[in-house]
Amino acid sequence: MSHTADAHHDHHAAPSGFKRWLFATNHKDIGTMYLVFALVMFFVGGTMAMIIRAELFQPGLQFVDPGFFNQMTTMHALMMIFGGVMPAFVGLANWMVPLMVGAPDMALPRMNNWSFWLLPVAFSLLLSTLFFAGGAPAGGWTMYPPLVLQTGNAFPFLIFSVHLMGMSSIMGAINIVVTIMNMRAPGMGLLKMPLFVWTWLITAYLLILAMPVLAGAVTMLLTDEYFGTSFFNAGGGGDPLMFQHVFWFFGHPEVYIMILPAFGIVSQIIPTFARKPLFGYESMVYATASIAFLSFIVWAHHMFTVGMPLSGQLFFMFSTMLIAVPTGVKVFNWMATMWRGSMTFETPMLFAVAFVFLFSIGGFSGLMLGITPADFQYHDTYFVVAHFHYVLVPGAIFGIMGGVYFWMPKWTGHMYNEKLAKIHFWLSAIFVNVTFFPQHFVGLAGMPRRIPDYATQFADFNMVSSIGAFVFGVSQLLFVYIIWSCVRGGEKATTAVWEGSHGLEWTVPSPAPHHTFEVAPEVP
Amino acid sequence: MRERFRRIFQGAVYGPLFFLLGVSTAYADWELNMTRGVTPISHDTFDLHMIIFWVCVAIAVVVFGVIIYSLYAFRLSRGAQPDIAMVHSTKAEIIWTLIPIGILVAMAIPAAETLIKIEDTRAPDVTIKVTSYQWKWHYEYLGDANDPFVKSNFGFFSNISPESNRARQLGSGIDVFQVDNYLRDVDKSVVVPVNRKVRLLLTSNDVLHAWWVPELGGKRDTIPGFVNEMWFLAEEIGVYRGQCAELCGRDHGFMPIVVEVQSEADFAKWVGENGGAVGGGPAETPDVVEGTVAAAATGGGAGSAEPVDMELSFDDLMARGETAYLTNCSACHQLNGQGLAPAFPALAGGVITTGALDAHLDQVLNGKAGTAMAPFSYLSNTDIAAIVTYERNAWGNSTGDIIQPSDVQAAR
Ligand code: HEC
Ligand SMILES: [Cu+2]
Repeated sequence: MSHTADAHHDHHAAPSGFKRWLFATNHKDIGTMYLVFALVMFFVGGTMAMIIRAELFQPGLQFVDPGFFNQMTTMHALMMIFGGVMPAFVGLANWMVPLMVGAPDMALPRMNNWSFWLLPVAFSLLLSTLFFAGGAPAGGWTMYPPLVLQTGNAFPFLIFSVHLMGMSSIMGAINIVVTIMNMRAPGMGLLKMPLFVWTWLITAYLLILAMPVLAGAVTMLLTDEYFGTSFFNAGGGGDPLMFQHVFWFFGHPEVYIMILPAFGIVSQIIPTFARKPLFGYESMVYATASIAFLSFIVWAHHMFTVGMPLSGQLFFMFSTMLIAVPTGVKVFNWMATMWRGSMTFETPMLFAVAFVFLFSIGGFSGLMLGITPADFQYHDTYFVVAHFHYVLVPGAIFGIMGGVYFWMPKWTGHMYNEKLAKIHFWLSAIFVNVTFFPQHFVGLAGMPRRIPDYATQFADFNMVSSIGAFVFGVSQLLFVYIIWSCVRGGEKATTAVWEGSHGLEWTVPSPAPHHTFEVAPEVP
Repeated sequence: MRERFRRIFQGAVYGPLFFLLGVSTAYADWELNMTRGVTPISHDTFDLHMIIFWVCVAIAVVVFGVIIYSLYAFRLSRGAQPDIAMVHSTKAEIIWTLIPIGILVAMAIPAAETLIKIEDTRAPDVTIKVTSYQWKWHYEYLGDANDPFVKSNFGFFSNISPESNRARQLGSGIDVFQVDNYLRDVDKSVVVPVNRKVRLLLTSNDVLHAWWVPELGGKRDTIPGFVNEMWFLAEEIGVYRGQCAELCGRDHGFMPIVVEVQSEADFAKWVGENGGAVGGGPAETPDVVEGTVAAAATGGGAGSAEPVDMELSFDDLMARGETAYLTNCSACHQLNGQGLAPAFPALAGGVITTGALDAHLDQVLNGKAGTAMAPFSYLSNTDIAAIVTYERNAWGNSTGDIIQPSDVQAAR
């Protein structure tokens, strides 16, 4: 990222060395830090996934103690969700939202700095618990009481780090809302905004509404543990299920927080490489908004088996099925965008197309899970594990990777190595399926999730799944190499980068100068 | 190993194919699909599962078909010209909103019907209270003088079988493929009559767990301080296996459930042998019948408590103690007696296990209030004698003490 602050911008001159990063207020620097942080966390969480899959390679316990296994599943989820996917999206938003709406920077640059730097603190606290006697949290990322209250010394660290992550997300979200609402270039009406901006605007509102609920839930856990309250303790008049209701009131919007920005990215990429405008732009916006609204009234489908009243189960079954409608609209619109286009398949497009296919598979299993009686069989099995990994890995993460390949030339000024990137894509796309498709089968056949060892009838598919996971994991090293070499050099990127590119971000030079749009651009 | 790789390869290639073709049932041992189960509810559930599955397949064929065709036909390299005027079509949008809504309504109706059946727990023939513990199940048959089967309450614990429990230890060196029903076997199964409505009242002693036997239909969580209900009516005699389905801590993967569905006559006989008076007078059996649990704990046959004045040799006590320790204590104190710092103290070289016998017996019989160390007074005198003897002479502990059932009786 070259630094082009010229003479009359002295007061903006970025400090160099570590101060540039520690005191960063520039949206591009902060975006870069978020992205690098997310990449590191993907590898930390990925290493845990490798441990999990190594233990599950065969039945019998070969490598780890069951208690440690539970720490791995718990920490893997926390790392990937709060350390990987969410910061990666915030990083992309930091980089791209100002460029896309024609703003000089994020609206609240100092808060931006603070919300980033909370993250390394939060994750250092959380990861340090791995070295405690008694180990890291092992009660699942869902932190259900009473089990989570058995955590031991890691417990306050868990709660405090979740608080910090929540603060970081809320601040990041406020920043994005304020930027989008106030800093758009003249002429950039709301219904002219690129879809990535739209999906992030809606995501930011979800974050602002949902994260405080999580903070409340974990605070109640904290007071139950240390201050004698009984929110979740039946013995004191509380109810352990109340935690689940509060948690999933956060948790379901959280699911969409992790997918809506990916919808946005895919909606940028497909039109670019189909050389054709997005089909049904307005219906995409409305579909996103309806998904966001519905996400607040479906939470109990995560807990059908807790024994709810029949009317409650029926309500949540119907509302859950409804989500399929706006989600379907999105898939149909992408389909129609490709129809009668003129497509080429550079790596971002490959990831976007794979996203459409594989996210849809996750959507189908989601629809199946929404059928309450069937969910009584599926719930807490590997079928659920397969489902949410399909929406999160070839869903959210393919969205992120596609976005990185799509925008990396703009960030670095270089084209990445297309050949290696294609190899990276094919390895990822094939082995993500080898990993997660068989999990549908073992789940249907009755293998519960979160177990370190399993009955022998599940052995074959688990071995396949582990092999897939190892190859998928190792392939990601290629991703790091491609990014690294693209930062270091490569073919010069043009301003427009892609033949079919469209939008303000493609009007600034590549690499994007440190300061852009200090004078508001003309919106075409 | 070669053989397994071959099977895996075949599975990987043909598995998805067979699954799609719906002939997976012909390859039952491949375990690709949900079980049809043996209850009306599990059948309904299976049917719903298959309908929604085929609906998804149909949608996928259409949508993926169109996309795949586009990927082929509308590419620059084939000279395709983009139709940039094609940005919107209200008609298409209305169609692809209404069709899914129609499909969903069509799905919702049978699903709601099944749900209503599932929730109808009225008029059961047998009621069993299921209590989950970290990490075992307790079953209590609720009796009533007018009940045709169970005249009075009786109950027992159901633990993972000693064979599975040994094999599942980290680095046990035991080939788990040689263990019958590895991780899906218990020392004492729940027995129910065929073609009778069995209602379960589920609760928990500590954390959340979930009771699940796939062949009997769905699962239900057990929640401390609350009682959940579910029911099943098994239409086929047989043995059905499942396990805990809600993360419940360290040994979550090791709390199997085995349900034996028997003929009414066999069930009545089993009830008679297990302490519930069949056709007898009014109930006066305590909640947990000691003899049952004792037998269960050691994997021995069901029956009444062994006599208190029995004298056992040191070797017998150690052998029995090892198994009973494995079943009842090793989850926390570990098979090697090293415990798990900081939660569970080591018994190897422990102050109490190598100190005064009275204190040791007291700890086992009465537990320690406010800690995870529960009272084990429900175990038989013989088992406690064996366990305590074992603990005082295993893992380098060498008190040389021999404890007989009569000593335990005296300490009660
Ligand atoms: C659920 C976990 C658990 C199980 C199962 C369990 N214990 Fe314990 N045990 C504990 C805990 C925790 C303590 C420490 C209590 C305290 O804080 O003093 C303990 C303490 C003890 C002690 C005293 C150790 C010392 O040196 O202070 C003995 C003896 C003991 N247990 C024996 C047994 C026996 C025998 C069994 C099986 C019949 C058993 N325990 C099963 C959790 C368990
Ligand atoms: Cu359990």
